[in-house]
Amino acid sequence: MVAIVDYGMGNIRSVLNALEALGADGQLVSDASKLDGADRIILPGVGAFGDGMRHLDERGFTEALPECVRSGTPLLGICLGMQLLATRSFEHGEHPGLGLVPSDVRLLEPGGDLRVPHIGWNVVERRRESCLLGDEPDPTFYFVHSFELHPDNLDVVTGTAPYGAPVTAVVEDEHVLGCQFHPEKSQHDGLALLRRFLEL
Amino acid sequence: MLKVRLIPCLLLKNGLLVRSEAFDVHQVVGNPVHQVQRLNAWAIDELVYLDITRDGENDMRRDDHKIKDKKSLLEIIEEVSRSCFMPLTFGGGIRTLEDVRARIAHGADKVAINTMALREPEFITEVAGTFGSQATVVSIDARAHSEGWEVYTACGSTPTGLDVAAWAKEAERRGAGEIFLNSIDRDGIGTGYDLALIRAVVEATRIPVVACGGVGTFKHLVEGVREGGASAVSAANIFHFTEHSTRRAKKAMLDAGVDVRPDRRSAGRSSRQSTNETPRSAARSSRSRE
Repeated sequence: MVAIVDYGMGNIRSVLNALEALGADGQLVSDASKLDGADRIILPGVGAFGDGMRHLDERGFTEALPECVRSGTPLLGICLGMQLLATRSFEHGEHPGLGLVPSDVRLLEPGGDLRVPHIGWNVVERRRESCLLGDEPDPTFYFVHSFELHPDNLDVVTGTAPYGAPVTAVVEDEHVLGCQFHPEKSQHDGLALLRRFLEL
Repeated sequence: MLKVRLIPCLLLKNGLLVRSEAFDVHQVVGNPVHQVQRLNAWAIDELVYLDITRDGENDMRRDDHKIKDKKSLLEIIEEVSRSCFMPLTFGGGIRTLEDVRARIAHGADKVAINTMALREPEFITEVAGTFGSQATVVSIDARAHSEGWEVYTACGSTPTGLDVAAWAKEAERRGAGEIFLNSIDRDGIGTGYDLALIRAVVEATRIPVVACGGVGTFKHLVEGVREGGASAVSAANIFHFTEHSTRRAKKAMLDAGVDVRPDRRSAGRSSRQSTNETPRSAARSSRSRE
């Protein structure tokens, strides 16, 4: 069973739909005690960091998710879900995150004429070997975000998107994985990424 | 860098897909769910559904009474989102935050607001504050005058006296994340976008502008980007009546040097092969890949 963490942030139905299309047994889980049977966990999300952590905390996920990861369950954070893996975020103040990827989340500053939020389809460039990105040429995904994850250790960044400077697009640190874009909204390339996560 | 987006716009009226001309003539062209399944297999980047059923419209005038399996708007959203792994925008008839919430809960990623935004501009801020600017599209229907363009409301039937560029700017200030810009004069005519209109709105704003209204050939899509400066190009009728329309549109844009997301299904084959492919064999290969 693939648990989709349901903490009231964003359109999570599309993640469920994507898993269904891939033939996986996805289940929305809104209570941390129900994570027990999960062999994989997806943490989706759209919205503000502070609200996200508050909602995770209220449902017991801030303790349960790190525990699942420690016991070897792969966890994929999507969009806000990836940013919540960070140590802390500077979105509207300073907020502690789950601390699963030592990193800070800061406002995107692409410079020049580039607009924030970064919305639309962008190519992801591989930084090193990646379980999630596979080896297809120029994978292209749908992004919607204003903040960026900056890991302390750049080795965990496996993919970046060119938007001014390279923007962190994919992080992979053993069982802890994250993508800034929405694979569930990225057609062929997105479903292929989710399939790779299911096959880990 | 971001790709230029190709966004088919599907018009719904009383639960059926229609084609439109001058915002006035509407012909039924099919089932809204089947049509999107056909488009989805191809090369598009997003979908916009606009429900143009007017408030309080008399059922006796409907031309769909013989059609079975007609679905409610929310059922349509739900079915489309099940097979459609791309951003979905739904517009039309949105009057309250509850209307927005229902659409998003059923699978929409964004909503397009038009009449209500004009009636109560504060509504834009409320929607953006609750669901985020990325989910808040303000749709603008424009009609050209001898000097400039005027915003029309209620499905293009009522003038507002507002200048289009000024209204777009205000919508951005109030929290809109995107402008969906439709030309009433060009609707269903096929003579190309009103490029000066697009330019005026692009210059007045910093948010993405999606151009719609007037596309009759794929060359017009290229013009909307190159000359209009649109971040995304939309069209409706051309996609209903042309075989493999979205793939061919993408190819025409790529050939003209516009940076669009290539059709992933043709990856690994040369563009020459896909050009020579007959519609029948293309349809076959598309099925085999599904």
